[in-house]
Amino acid sequence: MVHKKTGALALVAALLLSTSAFAQDKRVVTWNADYDPIPLAAAETLIADFEAANPEIDVVLTNFDHEAYKNAIRNFLTADPPDLANWYAANRMRPFVEAGLFADISDVWAANGLMESLAASVPSSTIDGKQYAIPYTYYQWGIYYNRDAYTAAGVTPPGPEGVNWADFLANCEKFKAAGIDCVTTGSSALWPVAGIFDYLSLRTNGYQFHSDLAGGKVSWTSPEARAVFAEFAKLQPFVTENHAAIDWQDAAAIFVQGKAANYVMGNFAVGVFKEGGMTNDNLGFMVFPEITAGLARAEEAPTDTIHLTSGAKNPDDAKLFLAYMASAEAQSKWNATMGQLPTNKNATVPQDDPFLVAGFEALSTATGGIAQFWDRDADAEYAKAGMEGFQQFLVQPEELEAILERLETTRVRLFPQ
Amino acid sequence: MANASDTVTAAPVLRAKGRWNQRTLAPWLFLAPGLFMFTVYVLWPIIQSITLSFYDWNGLYNQDGAFTGTFVGTANYRELMSDPNFETSLWNNFYWLALYLLALPAGLFIAIFLNQTVTGIRLYKSLFFFPFVISQVVVGLIFAWFYAPNFGLFYLLTEAITGKGTAILADPELVTFGIIAAGLWPQIAYVMILYLTGLNNVAPDQIEAARLDGAKGWKMLWYVVLPQLRPATFIAVIVTVIGALRSFDLVSIMTNGGPFGSSRVLSYYMYEMALGEFGFRMGYGAAIAVVLFAIMMIFISGFIWKMWRDETQR
Amino acid sequence: MFPRPIQQSGTGAQWLYAIALPVVLILWLFPLLGVALTSLRPASDLAQGNYFGMPSGIAWENYVFIFTETPIGQYMVNSLWVTIPTVIGAVSLSLMTGFALAVYGFRANILVFFMFVAGNFVPFQILMVPVRDMTLQLGMYDTWYGLALFHIAFQTGFCTLFMRNFIKALPFELIEAARVEGVKEWRIFWYIVLPLMRPAIAALSVLVFTFIWNDFFWATVLTQGVDSQPITAGLSSLNGQWIAQWHLVSAGSILAALPPVVMFFAMQKHFIAGLTLGAVK
Repeated sequence: MVHKKTGALALVAALLLSTSAFAQDKRVVTWNADYDPIPLAAAETLIADFEAANPEIDVVLTNFDHEAYKNAIRNFLTADPPDLANWYAANRMRPFVEAGLFADISDVWAANGLMESLAASVPSSTIDGKQYAIPYTYYQWGIYYNRDAYTAAGVTPPGPEGVNWADFLANCEKFKAAGIDCVTTGSSALWPVAGIFDYLSLRTNGYQFHSDLAGGKVSWTSPEARAVFAEFAKLQPFVTENHAAIDWQDAAAIFVQGKAANYVMGNFAVGVFKEGGMTNDNLGFMVFPEITAGLARAEEAPTDTIHLTSGAKNPDDAKLFLAYMASAEAQSKWNATMGQLPTNKNATVPQDDPFLVAGFEALSTATGGIAQFWDRDADAEYAKAGMEGFQQFLVQPEELEAILERLETTRVRLFPQ
Repeated sequence: MANASDTVTAAPVLRAKGRWNQRTLAPWLFLAPGLFMFTVYVLWPIIQSITLSFYDWNGLYNQDGAFTGTFVGTANYRELMSDPNFETSLWNNFYWLALYLLALPAGLFIAIFLNQTVTGIRLYKSLFFFPFVISQVVVGLIFAWFYAPNFGLFYLLTEAITGKGTAILADPELVTFGIIAAGLWPQIAYVMILYLTGLNNVAPDQIEAARLDGAKGWKMLWYVVLPQLRPATFIAVIVTVIGALRSFDLVSIMTNGGPFGSSRVLSYYMYEMALGEFGFRMGYGAAIAVVLFAIMMIFISGFIWKMWRDETQR
Repeated sequence: MFPRPIQQSGTGAQWLYAIALPVVLILWLFPLLGVALTSLRPASDLAQGNYFGMPSGIAWENYVFIFTETPIGQYMVNSLWVTIPTVIGAVSLSLMTGFALAVYGFRANILVFFMFVAGNFVPFQILMVPVRDMTLQLGMYDTWYGLALFHIAFQTGFCTLFMRNFIKALPFELIEAARVEGVKEWRIFWYIVLPLMRPAIAALSVLVFTFIWNDFFWATVLTQGVDSQPITAGLSSLNGQWIAQWHLVSAGSILAALPPVVMFFAMQKHFIAGLTLGAVK
């Protein structure tokens, strides 16, 4: 059962619904979520399947507007906690775990063998050795490219295995000569630049260093961090000018029109590219080029999660539902509808979507590790300071020393040594 | 019986005891609802904010509904001292304040231009006033469109003149001035209407007398007209200063403080720190608000002082 | 009169003035005219890069689209739900406070008055966290009444200043005469002062309507969803979805600007009287 939150009315409706459910002797599990229409439909299907298998349980989903949810969750977890709530893995869930608002669900992980089937997501679901999240979907990041732009500039389009960094930069020169932006982005909302930085960092120093950098454990003035910016500097001249004033969708338009050849983006952008008129024929995907040879390849794949709240009124049935959301069966179904990737390695991926197939391949062979994306790996304030630094570097590369110094000051303040 | 003009509010002193009681109680009964609302929503929150600025709090209550903040003394204020974002915001606020005052000469100029009695002038005055009536959100969107890279009119104009377009909202050096220009548009309209009203009430005999003495143009404006416009100028300064320090909407709509925080002002930085996606540092946000409040208090005190003078002189 | 009336100048100057007026006006309103024009431009024009040339047609469908495909109508209704109660509430409260401060000479009078005036000027940010927290605790977060209650309280500051000065300018003899007759205080307020307040009530109503309709900050802080967000906050979130679709952004902007503009033209005299209070001696 799904209903949309409409203030007091919804509350009354929810009360009526739950009483009627009680009248039918069903046990209610409440779930607050922030779905757009497509995932909402997917959730409804899963709830129906779960209720069919567990006829004594009634899962009631209350859906919020996606942006409003970020605010709402801070209120309802205290004021009126549902049994289950959507959120994100890694550092994003830390404040709620530390305030004691998300419950420890290590027992669900242990009882269902999730340590093994969700192996890739264990680190991002764990805080202080306990699991607080059920990851049920993620999506890959990488480089989407416009084959028409490649052809126009006389550059051979790469395959899904990508090209190496030197060739990529050499191609950039050719694009520049042809008046095409080699890489485009729209950074007015900051986060798109973090995608570029994360990959440069992962490819230059590997997963562990990147993870330590995001965790505030290593210095911004270290030779390794400087090395990342040195690579960033090579790319900087080839990135769309004025990216700081446009949104990622504006940059998508530039990309679709062939005025830019490559776009470092998440898989959710494919829908936007296709709406703009691209097809599987001229839209390509490749992993980000290798920079330091021989490094185990790490990828970026932000994970969406469901959590049990500490104030849950029906934790036992909620845990049953969580176990169901972790299963290969539920995840195959969900992600097929969503066009995203299941976190359960036994789940299946639709073979007719080349981007999902390529993403699944890229992630399942990423022996280096899976990063969550800068703003989920790093503490909130640190994440923001970092992204502003990345954006500034892309606009004013000559300010490097000032940027590093500022980031380092922030790091020392936030993570006293 | 005392002279009514001796007391501040000109209420006569009363003889009958019963009436005295009624008239002592009555003002408080009339004040009660307004005073209550104002205390709950304005006065008390100011005190709470000041208190909160000495705490570190992420805005969460624990499951039992208890406050989860910790007292940190002056740590938030000490952090502000060395926070480069705070410094940027403060400087930008200063630019806002200084440049916003351009609304005064500009508004006066338009007011003088429009202070004629030709046909249709009333409609002209209304249309010039137009920008002030519409929401700052709309003003922000209009100027964002005007400044947009690649196709915005401003971009095309600079491209035509210099050969290279300027995307003003992407330029860390220029972005604040671009936003201030957007803010000046409605503010000039507001000042204009204040001066139009003022000009309407300039004593014609003094003007004529000055004219007979041979005063005209700038001299007339400076020595005869402006002194008579002093009440209008005073109000204009107050609303312009307050407007400059309250500048939140335009920054939020046009840039979200970007690129990389270059266009932040205190009011926006406070919001960002307290309620922004990467914020929820309520105590730190409160400390920024207290600083902004202190700056504003300088101007508020000036205003109150002048009012007090006017009241007691009357 | 300053400047010298143009009729006293030569015909050349008069002609020049007659031409300059519309030219300056068009320059002044240029950004607004551009947006109004864009709001009627077909999407295909923008796609082809025709941003400033002649539109290929008049696209009323932009307006139809935002009404049928987006919740902009709901946002406008929400705005009314916040604005109208605020106008009524703030005007009523300030009629009483203004009366109390104008008519009675009690010791704290000037102090209370200055408190209202000063409160009216404080930065919103110093109120933000506690007001938001309180609204949440009272269960009024994300409701029209939560937002309206705050606005009523805050606007009472400005309105009190206005009402108090207005009542002070009324002939005090009226009140004195009534008191001699033995009329009760609340009857003086209701039957003598209130009927004289019509112009003040009208002026404040249009002003408060405009202020509240145009408020963005508190709308962002105290509401969050389609069900209660006013048009300013709603337009801002729609702008986030309409990236690069300037014909829609423009149409939405024009719609959001319309009610206060209509209000202004309908009640111009009162509006300006309210706004320029104190600008003349």
